[in-house]
Amino acid sequence: MPKNNIIEVRNLVKKYKKSKINAVDDISFEVKEGEFFALLGPNGAGKTTTISVLTTTLAKTSGIVNIAGFDLDQNPSQVRESIGVIFQNPSLDKNLTAEENIRFHAILYGLYPFRPTFGLMPKAYKNKVDELAKLLGLEKEIFKPIKTYSGGMKRKLEIVRSLIHKPKIIFLDEPTSGLDPISRKSLWEYLMKVREEEKTTLFLTTHYLEEAEKADRVSIINNGKIVKIGTPSKIKQDLTREILIVDSKKRNALRDELLKNKIKFVENKHFDIDLKNKNAQKIIQSIKVPLSYLRTHTPTLEEAYLEIIRKETNGNEGN
Amino acid sequence: MKEINAIFTIALRDFTKLLRDRTRILASFIFPIIFIGVLGGSLQANLSSDVGYNFLDFVFIGVLGQTLFQSTAAGLISLIEDRENDFSQEIFVSPISRYTIIVGKIIGETLVALTQTLGIIVFGIIIGVPFGLSNMISLFPAALAAAFLGGSFGVLVLANLGAQRSANQIFPFLIFPQFFLAGVFNPIKTLPPVLHQISRMVPMTYAVDLFRSIYYYGTPEYDKVVLFDPLFDLLIIGVMSTIFIVIGTYLFVRNERNK
Repeated sequence: MPKNNIIEVRNLVKKYKKSKINAVDDISFEVKEGEFFALLGPNGAGKTTTISVLTTTLAKTSGIVNIAGFDLDQNPSQVRESIGVIFQNPSLDKNLTAEENIRFHAILYGLYPFRPTFGLMPKAYKNKVDELAKLLGLEKEIFKPIKTYSGGMKRKLEIVRSLIHKPKIIFLDEPTSGLDPISRKSLWEYLMKVREEEKTTLFLTTHYLEEAEKADRVSIINNGKIVKIGTPSKIKQDLTREILIVDSKKRNALRDELLKNKIKFVENKHFDIDLKNKNAQKIIQSIKVPLSYLRTHTPTLEEAYLEIIRKETNGNEGN
Repeated sequence: MKEINAIFTIALRDFTKLLRDRTRILASFIFPIIFIGVLGGSLQANLSSDVGYNFLDFVFIGVLGQTLFQSTAAGLISLIEDRENDFSQEIFVSPISRYTIIVGKIIGETLVALTQTLGIIVFGIIIGVPFGLSNMISLFPAALAAAFLGGSFGVLVLANLGAQRSANQIFPFLIFPQFFLAGVFNPIKTLPPVLHQISRMVPMTYAVDLFRSIYYYGTPEYDKVVLFDPLFDLLIIGVMSTIFIVIGTYLFVRNERNK
């Protein structure tokens, strides 16, 4: 494996016991060290399944996964030490205070010895908690049960908690689902800051396009398969093709003429002509039939994404 | 060392949760008090002269063993609850052995059960059961053994149950028959052949008998009340616990990951 690949996934398949189809269906990809990688797809596409396998909480059906230089099957413990995970559902203990949640994590990861109370913990730990509380703006609340925290605060606390053992990779499974726009924005600002300071590799799953656009590379997943993979701008370029839309009162004549001139088109409401490697002006000049409708259209990335998901879904149903 | 620290941390969490849940503390006293006060009291008044020993004491000691066993077993089921409110994910992605998780959980629930037992002892002393500090000291190892057996039994049950709801429905069926087969309230010294066989197979029997064999040791009632030598009880508890924990943890981890 090339040295700078921190995640390598080869032909990963996961089929749930009670299911007939593969939830993750033979996917392969790699993530470079320090990269921000996003797995984008609709609900049920296989995002959480993929992340569960990668974080050792779910056994795969077949394939090879290598994380931070460790094989998932042979060294699960070393894999766990190298990663931090933010789960889709909050994984804080509501009966404990924020500090107790942090302490629980820190001791489980072997950072500090066990002591029954905060007061007896080593000085280094206390300083760390102070620092984290300041960072979160929770100086007063850190010793209060997290029942009293807002959704956004809880998320931040989980991220802070997952960072204290200095993981090489952070997995975030739809971290902003269920958050209001303001909490979402502030969470992202925080994440970007963390990334800049710690140079941590980020592995994100999301169904929000605008979140995926922040990533270095995006992989679109649907029905357990990777549909597209590349930088957001490359995907944008590939997906958002300009089309020329024309129509005429004499539709049959227009169709014949397009066919005769060997111009490829799709007949929807009007005639859609893909403009890839073509010149709109030349196409229009070649049409003699009087046109009743003429315009060009560049789909937004979102339209393109929806289109690709729709096509894939229909295609698979056809099989 | 890291694993030991993790065991303590997991254990402390369960204990902390108990201390913050006052309803649970109160609720845990109600059944034992009914069992000892009502069952023990009424049987003592009506049957004691026939069997030749004090029934209230008999039930009280039995309930101690039963509570430690049952409370720890029920506590282990809370790993399912964790899974449902997703805290268990945090535990299961951490780089510690799966056995550490289970052992930590058993120790935590043992602490919880011991706290509950303390309340029952106070109640026993109030209603006049002869129970002193020396009994508490001599029964302490038995308490740990009974709780450990209950905990490992809980792991085995846990490994075979899918969701919290089914656990809450099935668990009583696995526990209540053991009350009677283990002779918590009823003498089981002599039983019809089939019942005798089953009674000697259920784990709670050995938890309860260990308590009685130590409490009645050297007293005239010993032969009438006790089934086995305390060391034999301890041996069976050791063997059963080991088998339950090994198989239970293996199945639990496998079922968690192989969905």
